Order: sequence, then structure tokens, then C-alpha cells
Amino acid sequence: MLDFGPFILTLKLSLITTAILFSIGVPIAYWLAYSRHKAKVLVEAVVALPMVLPPSVLGFYLLLAFSPQNAFGAWLSEHMDVQLVFTFQGLVVASTLYSLPFMIQPIQSGFQQLPRSLTEASYTLGKGKMTTLLRVLLPNVRMAIVTGCILAFAHTIGEFGVVLMVGGNIPGETRVASIAIYDEVEAMNYDAAGIYSAILLVFSFIVLATVYLINFNQRKKAEMR
Amino acid sequence: MIEMEVRRKLQGADGELNLNVNVRIGAGELVALYGPTGSGKSSILRMLAGLMLPDEGFIKVRDELWFDHEKKLNIPPQHRDIGMVFQEYSLFPNMTVRGNLEFALGRNEDRHMVEELLDVVELRGLQDRRPALLSGGQKQRVALARALVRKPRLLLLDEPLSALDFGMRGRLQEYIMTCHRRMNLTTILVTHDYPEVLKLSRRILVLASGNLAYDGPPEAFLEQMGNKG
Repeated sequence: MLDFGPFILTLKLSLITTAILFSIGVPIAYWLAYSRHKAKVLVEAVVALPMVLPPSVLGFYLLLAFSPQNAFGAWLSEHMDVQLVFTFQGLVVASTLYSLPFMIQPIQSGFQQLPRSLTEASYTLGKGKMTTLLRVLLPNVRMAIVTGCILAFAHTIGEFGVVLMVGGNIPGETRVASIAIYDEVEAMNYDAAGIYSAILLVFSFIVLATVYLINFNQRKKAEMR
Repeated sequence: MIEMEVRRKLQGADGELNLNVNVRIGAGELVALYGPTGSGKSSILRMLAGLMLPDEGFIKVRDELWFDHEKKLNIPPQHRDIGMVFQEYSLFPNMTVRGNLEFALGRNEDRHMVEELLDVVELRGLQDRRPALLSGGQKQRVALARALVRKPRLLLLDEPLSALDFGMRGRLQEYIMTCHRRMNLTTILVTHDYPEVLKLSRRILVLASGNLAYDGPPEAFLEQMGNKG
């Protein structure tokens, strides 16, 4: 009987990660899109890092940082009673960092593509920054937000290196689908690995096709204007 | 009503431009701000709206300071008594025609003004449409109506007609005149279309490379230009 535990864990991890990324991604993307501060360049570079770094490098540094033998990990463990190495919470933190660019970049570029005069029109109509963000800007970048959420979700499902470094392979805690596949292959269970892989393949394809369909429809709509 | 003495360095397509303008505009006037592209017309409007800060000087409207460099005073656009119409319409794509107008209402403000303006610019039939499905002229009528929902004293029009074809311009000029008179507005119209100036305004401010080159009736300006040429 096939164990679906890794899939449920993967889905749980992806959903939680996407929810966290959504709540921190929108404000960061807004700041990056509109700030004229020089430090923004550095933040942009940091946000984009997970796109070019091998996941094992990110995972390695996170492992060091989370380890109770080091300052940050020790502080977390003593003052917060939080253990991030080889735990599900640790995976959530690592995944959030790992998928950060996939949420932020689409939303940031969505904001940047909106004409500046929409914001200015809203200001001259007496509305403050918050009202303008909630009622004018966000509704007009909703497709970028949907794209960001789908990409972040899909990217989290596909992660392997970071999870392996930070979480290891503990059933029910950190053994997500991609790790389970690796594990089955190691144990020469090619049938199970094949089924796991096929499920991930089909799922990823559907997710990407959805994103491109959304973009296609958006472009068609824009051309009709 | 408006006293404005402002200076600002601008970066334009032809290099740096020193904008230096001192002007007074009376209540109820409809003044055309005329000049070639890049002469600083829109910048003056944006300074009045609070969307651009002057480097020096002050802006005073009905004895109320909106900007004063020395006193480090700057009233944000939200608290200036203005309505502004942008060249590129700037309607909110996610809202209907009515939604765009109602957005401008404050909390607990009555909707009477929205109803009245929908009639004035004759958009009641299109009130449930999104901006994407409107023609250029219809969009600019919505933008005009939206700018007036808050009953501003000062109406700022930034080349509102430049994207429209000839026939549509004439209609829209009528709407602008109607609103200007009906709501006792002081109106500043930025344009580079001279026939438009002649039709709408009794006073023209001509900007040339950042300075006020002429201030007076439009007909006299034409004569002056004719004599020179």
C-alpha cells in the first residue's frame, strides 16, 4: 500500500509557506516597487538569491544558523523554545526563504507596470496611501498576486535540497514527497518512486499550465482594450 | 485666489530647465497654460496639486499656504482643495464608471453629487461599464466628473483633450465650460492647442523654456506673435 503521508506533508508545507509568503510578500513587493531608497537594490538582490544559489548552499547556511550550537539557534531554543533543525517549523522557515523571489517578483513587476497616475489620481481624490493600496493598486495587480501564489506553492512542492539539509528524512515530520522519492530509489523501490514521481510531474504540469493560461487570458483582455 | 511663486530645476528631454514662475490667478477664472512640450506646463499643475515639490518659493490659495519652502510647509495632495484630470485619463480599471465617481466620496458623504455629475456629463447610460469598454471621449468625461465629486474650488486639467479626435474635443470643451460655470470653479487648463485656448479662455499664460513669456488675452498674444513674425 502506497504511503500518502509525504504528499499530505508536502501539501501542508506548501500551503503554510504560501500563506506566509503572501502576507510578507505583498508589503515587500510594494516597498521594492515604489521605494527610491538605495538600500532597495540590496534587498532586491537578497530576495533573488534563492533563484541562483544551489539549494544545498542555502540549506547549509540555514542548518548552521538553526543549529542550537550556534548563537541564533541557541537563542531560539532558550528564549522561544523553538527547534528548527529537523522539524516541520524549520522546513516552513526554510521554504519561505527559498520561495521568496517567486512570490515577490511577479507582484513587484505587477505594481511597476501600473501607471503612476493611478496612484496620483487617488491622492488628488483625497485618499491616503493605505486606501490607495487596498482599493486601487491591489485589485489591479490581482493576477500578479495569483501568479505569485501559484509559483510559490509549486516551487515549495518541488524543493529537495533545502529540505534535505534542514529537515532530513523524518516520516510525518520532514519527509516530504521529493525526499520520499529519493528514499524509495535508494531502497530500490522503483515502483513506489515511479508513482510518487508521476504524481508530482502531473501536478507541476497542471500548476504551470494554469499560470500560463492566466497570463494568456490577461494578455488577450489587454489587447481588446 | 491663487498666488504662486515657484522655482524648480527640471530634467527634460532637451537637458536641464529652470522653471521660474510668478503668477496670480483670480477666483472664477479659466486660465490656459500654453507652451510647447517640455516647457514646464504640466510641472506647474503638478506643483499646484502637490504631486511635485518646488525647490523654492510658495503657493498660496485663498490665503491658505499650501507650500512654503522657507517655512518647510507642504500640504499633501489629499488635503488640497483640487480636482485633477490627467492626460491619460487614469481611471481605475477595476471600478465601473459609477464606482470611479463614488471612490472620490468621503465617508458618509451623500451620493447626490455623483448623481448630478452623471447627468451633467451624460454618462448615466454607461454608469455600470468598466473603463476598458469606453471610448476616449467617454473616459475623459468620467475623469472630469470624478475630479468634481469632491466639489473642489480649483480644477486642474492636464492636456485633457490631447488624446481625442477633433469632433470629440469640441464636445468635451462644452462639458468643461458647463462644469466651470455651474460649479464656480477656478480652472487651469494645460494645452498646446491654440484654437482650444481661443475657444475656452479669456486669459492665456504662455510658458517658454520655464519662464512666463506672456500673460494676457489670447487674441493679443496672437497679434504680438504676428507682429514678430
